Amino acid sequence: MKVQQISIFIENKSGRLAEVARVLGEKNVNIRALSLADTSDFGILRLLVDNTDVALETLKSGGFTVNKTEVVAVEVPDKPGGLCNILQVLDEASINVEYMYAFVERNAGNAVIIFRFDDIDNAITTLQEKNVSILTGEKLYSL
Amino acid sequence: MIWNDEFETLPREALESLQAKRLQQVAERVYATVPFYRQQFDKAGIKPEKIRTLDDLQRLPFTLKQDMRDNYPYGLFAKPLDQIVRIHASSGTTGKPTVVGYTRRDIENWTEMMARSFVAAGAHRGDVIHNAYGYGLFTGGLGAHYGAEKIGASVIPMSGGNTKKQLMIMQDFGSTVLTCTPSYSLYLAEAAAEEGIDIRQLKVRVGILGAEPWSEKMRNEIEAKVGIKAIDIYGLSEILGPGVGIECIEAQSGLHIWEDHFIPEIINPDSGDIMPEGEQGELVITTITKEGIPMIRYRTRDITRIIAEPCICGRTHRRLERMCGRSDDMLIIRGVNVFPSQIESVLMDIEGVEPHYQLIVEREGTMDTLEVQVEVNEKTFSDEIKVLQDLSRRIEKEIKDLLGINCRIRLVEPKTIARSEGKAQRVIDNRPK
Repeated sequence: MKVQQISIFIENKSGRLAEVARVLGEKNVNIRALSLADTSDFGILRLLVDNTDVALETLKSGGFTVNKTEVVAVEVPDKPGGLCNILQVLDEASINVEYMYAFVERNAGNAVIIFRFDDIDNAITTLQEKNVSILTGEKLYSL
Repeated sequence: MIWNDEFETLPREALESLQAKRLQQVAERVYATVPFYRQQFDKAGIKPEKIRTLDDLQRLPFTLKQDMRDNYPYGLFAKPLDQIVRIHASSGTTGKPTVVGYTRRDIENWTEMMARSFVAAGAHRGDVIHNAYGYGLFTGGLGAHYGAEKIGASVIPMSGGNTKKQLMIMQDFGSTVLTCTPSYSLYLAEAAAEEGIDIRQLKVRVGILGAEPWSEKMRNEIEAKVGIKAIDIYGLSEILGPGVGIECIEAQSGLHIWEDHFIPEIINPDSGDIMPEGEQGELVITTITKEGIPMIRYRTRDITRIIAEPCICGRTHRRLERMCGRSDDMLIIRGVNVFPSQIESVLMDIEGVEPHYQLIVEREGTMDTLEVQVEVNEKTFSDEIKVLQDLSRRIEKEIKDLLGINCRIRLVEPKTIARSEGKAQRVIDNRPK
């Protein structure tokens, strides 16, 4: 139920983001989703890719500081109120969201929301109890 | 182990009377042969024959690095060139280098002091000494080389640079002792890891590290990452080159300065007054055996104190506390004295933080600003912004607590701070001069 996400430390200087994209492209790694959190000095690029291990290896040998984190991918209908329902479920269970980002599935017409929780196991149990659709890694990487 | 039992354990009284005798000789020698010293003595109204005891030394004027520049290249030599067998020079990042010359006797004495230093650090015949100090005008390479040969070790004259080859040779030749700068030893460990070599598994057991100031925390880091005993060695080309002083492996606490060749004094760098015994100040050295270019009360600009308590190793030569920096490395930021080594010790205290850092000093309007660049690594990296910001704030706070100045931490990508194969450049001062 957990999805592997790669996070990369990126200094605020030109060309660094392009360098990440370049080395991954060379190794045929496809980026499924991304989010960039930034401060005045640095940013953290978070990626979901189709081959996490190859991506990790490639970035490390390219000299980047990288780590792997576990996130949860939740599928909601792509319509008004879709996100709100999920957040209510989490709020009621007092589950804290560290950060989140979202993208829309091309074919199914659903939105996929990626959550990073501080207590991931508890979050998964809660979402499952409320019959929220959670995507597995395999499913997500192949979207 | 002790290389020269007789001289290294000479009772203090005998050592001091030897110093006094040699001091008289050198005062007379420089007055007779070096016009600069004759003028200096005359200006101060001192006849060399008045210098009889160690206390008389205080009456002599100081010699500064600028005096060496003013007398470039050979003006301070006390012997004609036909008796000088070797010439070295400092890097001279600003203007002309400072030039030193050695007679055959000087080279023998230097070799003796380096041999003592190697043995004090635990090296011996049968060791394979991997000498990564630069060979050339810099004194490090050749100075260490002669001492290593003298004790009967097998010396590999690597010199600096070509890190991959250094690692290959270290591995294949079975190097047991490493001589280089402290920052380069860490760089070797890092480069080894990239090559898939665990440097700690190699045969190297001792590092004799010097030519740049480093902290106790840095020592712990080096011992853990390189898997060696890290021994601090002190020297400067104006006085000798490497081997002026060294830590003994028994105590690893303070550097024995070879007092049968040098007289150390500690002064207040502002007033020039002698500091009370045991207090910190600028190290001043008088060379009492050197022939080529004797130095009278040379101001080293290194900040330290003298440890007079006897050492467990049995040597009677007093110790200098680890240098906390050279006064010309000292930054004055908004009126506060800052040594890069103080910032280094804050960084080394924080779990996981890399020993590579750089200080950038700027002036915005009339305000000095200090930026500390720290590399992020896998241990300190988190994918949550707040964790990284907490790290920055923690470093800022600890620097503020220690030094009372505000600084700005800039987290940078790994390996973006330039690695040095010689002396690490810790400070970039962009303030208008």
